[in-house]
Amino acid sequence: MTKIELTVDGSKVSDDVEPRMLLVQFLREKLGKTGTLIGCDTSNCGACTVHLDGHAVKSCNMLAVQADGSEVTTIEGLADTYDGGELHPMQAAFHECHALQCGFCTPGMIMRSVDLLGENPDPSEQEIREGLEGNLCRCTGYHNIVRAVQTAAAAGKGAQA
Amino acid sequence: MIPAAFDYAAPATVEEALALLAEHGDDAKIIAGGQSLLPVLRLRLNAPEFVIDLGKIDRLRGVREDGDALVIGAMTTHSAVANDPLVAQHAALISKAVATVADAQVRNRGTFGGALAHADPAGDVGAPALALGAEFVIAGQGGATRTVDAADFFVDLFETAIGEDELLTEIRVPKHTGWGAHYEKFVRIAQQWSIVAVAAAVKAEGGTISEARVALTNMGSTPLRATAVEQALQGKPATEDAIREAVGAVADGTNPPTDLNGDADYRKHLAQVLTRRAVLTAAGG
Amino acid sequence: MTVTDDRPAAEIGKDRRRKEDRRLITGSSRYTDNIVLPGMLHLAMVRSPFAHAKITAIDTSEAKQASNVVAVYTAADLDESAGVLINAWPITPDQKAPVHAPLPADRVSFAGEIVAVVVARSAAAARDAAEMVDVDYDELPAALDLKDAVADKVLAHPDLGTNKSALWIFDSKEAGTGGDVEEAISAARSDGVVIEREFRQNRLIPAFMEPRSVVVDPTGEQLTMWSATQVPHIVRFALAATTGVPESKIRVIAPDVGGGFGGKLQVTPEEWLAWWIARQLHKPVKFTETRSESMMAAHHGRDQWQKLTLAATKEGKVTGLKVELTADLGSYVAIVGGGVPVLGAFMYNAIYKIPAYHFACQTVLTNKTWTDAYRGAGRPEATFAIERLMSDLADELGMDPFELREKNWIKHEEFPFTTVAGLEYDSGNYEAATASAKEFFGYDELRAEQARRRDSRDPVQLGIGISTFTEMCGLAPSRVLGSLDYGAGGWEHASVRMLATGKVEVVTGTSAHGQGHETAFSQIIADRLGVPFEDVEVLHGDTQVSVKGLDTYGSRSLVVGGEALVRAADKVVEKAKPVAAHLLEASVDDIEFSAGRFGVKGTDAGLSIQEVAGAVFSAHNLPDGMEPSIDAEATFDPINFNYPHGTHLCAVEVDTETGQIKMRKYTCVDDVGNIINPLIVEGQVHGGLAQGIAQALFEDAVFDERGTLVSGSFVDYLVPSAADLISFDAHHASTPATTNTLGTKGVGEAGTIASTPAVVNAVLDAVRQFGVKDIVMPCSPARVYAAIAAGRAVDTGSASEGADQ
Repeated sequence: MTKIELTVDGSKVSDDVEPRMLLVQFLREKLGKTGTLIGCDTSNCGACTVHLDGHAVKSCNMLAVQADGSEVTTIEGLADTYDGGELHPMQAAFHECHALQCGFCTPGMIMRSVDLLGENPDPSEQEIREGLEGNLCRCTGYHNIVRAVQTAAAAGKGAQA
Repeated sequence: MIPAAFDYAAPATVEEALALLAEHGDDAKIIAGGQSLLPVLRLRLNAPEFVIDLGKIDRLRGVREDGDALVIGAMTTHSAVANDPLVAQHAALISKAVATVADAQVRNRGTFGGALAHADPAGDVGAPALALGAEFVIAGQGGATRTVDAADFFVDLFETAIGEDELLTEIRVPKHTGWGAHYEKFVRIAQQWSIVAVAAAVKAEGGTISEARVALTNMGSTPLRATAVEQALQGKPATEDAIREAVGAVADGTNPPTDLNGDADYRKHLAQVLTRRAVLTAAGG
Repeated sequence: MTVTDDRPAAEIGKDRRRKEDRRLITGSSRYTDNIVLPGMLHLAMVRSPFAHAKITAIDTSEAKQASNVVAVYTAADLDESAGVLINAWPITPDQKAPVHAPLPADRVSFAGEIVAVVVARSAAAARDAAEMVDVDYDELPAALDLKDAVADKVLAHPDLGTNKSALWIFDSKEAGTGGDVEEAISAARSDGVVIEREFRQNRLIPAFMEPRSVVVDPTGEQLTMWSATQVPHIVRFALAATTGVPESKIRVIAPDVGGGFGGKLQVTPEEWLAWWIARQLHKPVKFTETRSESMMAAHHGRDQWQKLTLAATKEGKVTGLKVELTADLGSYVAIVGGGVPVLGAFMYNAIYKIPAYHFACQTVLTNKTWTDAYRGAGRPEATFAIERLMSDLADELGMDPFELREKNWIKHEEFPFTTVAGLEYDSGNYEAATASAKEFFGYDELRAEQARRRDSRDPVQLGIGISTFTEMCGLAPSRVLGSLDYGAGGWEHASVRMLATGKVEVVTGTSAHGQGHETAFSQIIADRLGVPFEDVEVLHGDTQVSVKGLDTYGSRSLVVGGEALVRAADKVVEKAKPVAAHLLEASVDDIEFSAGRFGVKGTDAGLSIQEVAGAVFSAHNLPDGMEPSIDAEATFDPINFNYPHGTHLCAVEVDTETGQIKMRKYTCVDDVGNIINPLIVEGQVHGGLAQGIAQALFEDAVFDERGTLVSGSFVDYLVPSAADLISFDAHHASTPATTNTLGTKGVGEAGTIASTPAVVNAVLDAVRQFGVKDIVMPCSPARVYAAIAAGRAVDTGSASEGADQ
């Protein structure tokens, strides 16, 4: 067992974990952060995407021990949405644009999309598509996901103006 | 999805890491960004008894200039390399190639040195490093340090010149300031490993190629430098026809794999087309 | 009649944002793997690495000794209460099907088959111990290639004596629905055109994003199973029928389910083992598969060879179609596995008036992963075949592909139309959808660009692909299913409960897993009962709440389940009428119901249905003898299938130097009748397109010569990402269905059915000029390049005349 301390969704957590435990398993099994999902075992699908120190990473593709000392944000910490609180603009855009169907890829897709706009606040359609290459969705054909990111980008520009 | 159990340490210095390597020998595996290692562990294709995490060794991260060379710390992430202004200025080929590695999330964790040490022939960092004649700084036991030329670094499939008790610490890339560069990657879907890719850097003056550097991804068990093509390009006009002729023999002597994406002959054909396109684009065509 | 100002706007047709979204976008979802129960144990499966092998010994002793391991089971431990996996659709009385036990007794018949199960206190401990189970195998020759298998060269199940499972035939002359196809073909051979082709339907993996997962809780009086399934009701029935537990003691819950596409309409060994083990150990158990396990063990789709003969006159009038199909079942006959090609049998004639038709399908057992429904199930194969043939025929005759199609399709004024396959199409307008698609697509401009590129010998050539389609969906009329030897009916159930607070609780027997039933069904009820959209709650996917149902597949939820809802809602209104009359002191005959309000003819007096519901709840003042309830239920059995249709156009750029294909434009006009929620409909079309395009270009489940699935992960099984697709230009036309009250048609499978041939026709259209006649799917760059090179070599008599010259 290895002791780790990190911040998850704004709360400090410390725990003893087996070194082999993946970050996604730590989040789901130890912290009950079941909003972050596991869709594959080859780090292709991106369903498990979270933010590590502000950037999107695949939480299945790192060990919990590697997150020691880091700040992790999951879909559950993106906005204070409990009790009907306001959605993050990206969550709102996914809802508005019908960018999800079964919802399984959605947490990872949203987390990556937020990071994408962080890197490039005004992306072209092609930049959005390429920026999402690490997240698979089987329901939407991506059409409305791209619309959602465009919508969130436009809202972001509006907010800055 | 669950790796086999292992013991773990995250040393704070290269020396500590080397000591752990010496202690655990064959049973140990180094984890850098872990983007290639973790899938292997999750699928239990490998089950090391001890994992040494380099993530806490700060001095292995970052890009700096050192005279005529650019020095990239082995633990610098792909994203950091791809977005680094020094790399863009002096080794644009590396910026461009690294930006195509896997996907954004993987680039945020995966490291330049880790990918080079992993030496997957379909990976996108080997060919540009080889093309630009990078040197690999390797730390050994007892404070020893040696530098290996790119030509000697890649030994075979997943095998490099790094010894079992050694660590890759930095990559020194000769500056190619003002060279045009292009990485032409051929895939069927975006996040696929390269079926074939070509790294090309070209110095062109007045419409003539004065020097060229070309290397191939996934055309053999290691990245391959296309020296004959480089020579054939020298002094040629940067036109499609001239380049087409100069790169015609690029696949000679290569030994590409056959898989679901195509057979060896198809890859050889691709290498020709992609080399022409890479060089033409790098030359500003 | 008085129309009041507060009359709610029509909900049907509104692009309501989904009620389901909030929990899914905030991470408050409840997928099966999220469920944790006290004392829960975890399963790990030991799977065969061999496609076909005798199990000579299994040593579980080391695994049993491992720490935190509770039990290890092999086939020898199972008893009758473990049940079997059922085949619900034996397509012929003499169909051959191996018994499918949750664990095979002594012989594995595909790589990935479970041979032992480890139960441990944690998933990690279970996985660790699974590695310690030592299985000895004697490898047997495996039946892998479909064509070899049908020749019985190697037997997948030696005890059956053959790999041929069932031969199913439809002949229009015999059925009295058309002429003799052999006569048509021989006539065309002497004075007409005959197109003969053999097409390969690549094997596909449904690749729903949520891997399958099952939790079983045996504590308490009733056994509960949570499963990532499309079919909780069918799972409950099958558990009861095969494991000896009465249906009344079984509760199956499909919580949030992460996609299915047919891939989760199965009853699986994993579910059956979890069920049996939980009962053995009296503890809750969980099993969640890895993606790798999912790829090799969850059922696959397609995998057919299609031998086709199309006869036509020289003027392009089709006179006959003969279809000879070989379909790979894999190693077991899955729940509806044998029936999938039969679902296509009625659709090869598609939108066309074909006078003579013969269909024969041989289903075949092999030592590969079992196959069953995957989005479209049978109908994409049929549509691909006929639309490829029509384009090839047009090419052969030098006719415009639209002109040829129009010459043969059913005109809008000819509906209802009885086809050569014996179906009665209720409605449609192929002319309108096609005209509209051509316009949105910019057909003429793209043809002009194509000509320019050809003339200039551009290395990048443009291709334009056309596909029309219709399909039979909305499964299904029970009598028809009965005549096809299907094991169940095709009705659907709904109930509407009027709650005291004015809210409406709607229960459907369909089981959504991304389709948005909570939203669309709320819209239907809001309109039908005149209540606010927000006041409607739709419940589903739990057999204890939704006590009756036949679940979600075959684009049936709206056209069958939605109609059940309408009928239940109408019953509520009828039951409420006497109460309203009583409360308004009027005669029932004078009561009118409109926009949620019971009014009295000729007066302003009235009561909302929600007020009536409140009065019924308190029951203080009801008509004499009336039961205090206006709740109602309805079970609807359709009299016909449902026939959406559409025209799809695709433009691709083919890089002739590499074979790389880049999609340029995709336009479709789908006629899905009246639309409840256009946003949801568009989403269904987009997703369907992506899957159909992926069959054409990317996806292929490939086995090596020993029967190992080579494309067994997302590294090699190429599910496209956003970067590999384009924005779609999707539109609607509408001729309402005449077989349901709302006039709706199914939309879940439309995009998948039509897009595959549109894409392949586009690729061929770009490279026909080089002498290319066919490219096997998926049209990978290597295949496209090889086809161009081979075509050019034939053309010029020189193989070295490559594109790079």
